[in-house]
Amino acid sequence: MFSFEVGSLLNIAFVLGAGLVVSIMMIWVERRFLGFFSDRLGPNRVGPFGLFQVIADAVKMLTKEDWIPPFSDKFTFVVAPMILPIVMLLSLAVIPFGPGVGVMDLNIGLLWIFAMAGLASYSTMLGGLASNNKFALLGSLRGAGQMISYEVFMGISILGIVILSDSFSLREIVEAQRDGWFVIPQFFGFIVFMVAGMAESHRWPFDLPEGEAEIISGYNTEYSGMKFGLFMIGEYIGMVVMSALIPVLFFGGWLAPFGLEFGNEIFSGLFWMGAKTTFFLLFFVLVRAALVRPRYDQLMSYGWLVMLPLSLVNLLITGAVVLYQAG
Amino acid sequence: MNVDLFPLVLYSVIVIVLIVALTAVSHLLGQKRKDHATDEVYESGMLSVGSAQLKISVPFYLTAILFIIFDLEAVFLFAWAISIRETGWLGYAEVFIFIAILIAGLVYLWRAGALEWRSQRQRDDRLHTIGKSGVVNIDKKTGKAHKTEQPKQGGAH
Repeated sequence: MFSFEVGSLLNIAFVLGAGLVVSIMMIWVERRFLGFFSDRLGPNRVGPFGLFQVIADAVKMLTKEDWIPPFSDKFTFVVAPMILPIVMLLSLAVIPFGPGVGVMDLNIGLLWIFAMAGLASYSTMLGGLASNNKFALLGSLRGAGQMISYEVFMGISILGIVILSDSFSLREIVEAQRDGWFVIPQFFGFIVFMVAGMAESHRWPFDLPEGEAEIISGYNTEYSGMKFGLFMIGEYIGMVVMSALIPVLFFGGWLAPFGLEFGNEIFSGLFWMGAKTTFFLLFFVLVRAALVRPRYDQLMSYGWLVMLPLSLVNLLITGAVVLYQAG
Repeated sequence: MNVDLFPLVLYSVIVIVLIVALTAVSHLLGQKRKDHATDEVYESGMLSVGSAQLKISVPFYLTAILFIIFDLEAVFLFAWAISIRETGWLGYAEVFIFIAILIAGLVYLWRAGALEWRSQRQRDDRLHTIGKSGVVNIDKKTGKAHKTEQPKQGGAH
């Protein structure tokens, strides 16, 4: 029960704890780094280096008024913010963090993650619709349009990997990368997947559903207290899921690069998986600091006219090469 | 194949209980106030006018229809990708034709203007005020937007 094998209680506690703590700490890391990028300090008052800022924020959110607008659709209004963190934490369940570390090894792990990502768009959509506020409605429409558009080729972009590894199981995909990371044969798939992942978790620069310069706060305008906090933490858990999924699919997951394995297999695996995930988390922060938000029609035509054909062509070429090599 | 789903079920239950508990605790701990503007719609301080049941812009419907078409396509491609070694070149040829038809459909949609977020009239107006370069040229003397290029068919206004 308390050993490191997939699905043990220790593993469940580890995945849940690590996922939550890393996503909550990312709020502080992001604010701190954005501060450095724009030549200011960022939060540095609460605790050493401002590390306890997130605890202070959590206490504040819990004690803020939990206001349910009398003009809203009350049941949907309450349920909508819960959907996002729940489905994001559930997609964390199938991600392999190391050999023998992970909640569940589903043979359809990749499909599970896409199912959960599809459900996540309901959170944005229902939250804005139930608020009965014009700006929230605009934000949720934008979110719905953007998420369903980018979902299409997010799925197609990783089919190259399914072809190469002949499996939907994330563990088998990692094992198939012992001879070389998939980022080399699937470079275009990697680019498309990363862009789609950012748009899917509506991270900057694709945060048009929030668009605070145009539509107040978008779909979560009427939300206060912990309900707003759930939207926010859900977004950060989504960021962690994406940052953990990209190494698993394209950068060899827990496998050590250049044979730099050390000590115990599990700890070496956890170390390399953690290092790769951290790299992509910080990359997401850098992207937020560096890029500007596109216009909505640019976003949509970019998705449909550039990303979708690119992912389809990538799929066809991968299939031809694999069949040619198989003879 | 018999898969023991117990860890996933346990994990899901813990996650759902945790999130619901967070919401419930914040509802219990939060302050309760009742001021004269508490129950107003928040629109950046403006008083709200009319209902929020707006008419939704047509391109959103089109996007939803496109999503259904192309996501169904993706489902077929998922099934092909996992069985590519069994179906061989014959399956590849079929998928190639399938994707070619879909890309042709996408090109048609693009040329027909299904991915266009402005109406013809809005595009004409925009061209009229800011010109093709997309830069607003303000006339220094009059302070009005300077027309760099006239639209070719001026019928929109």
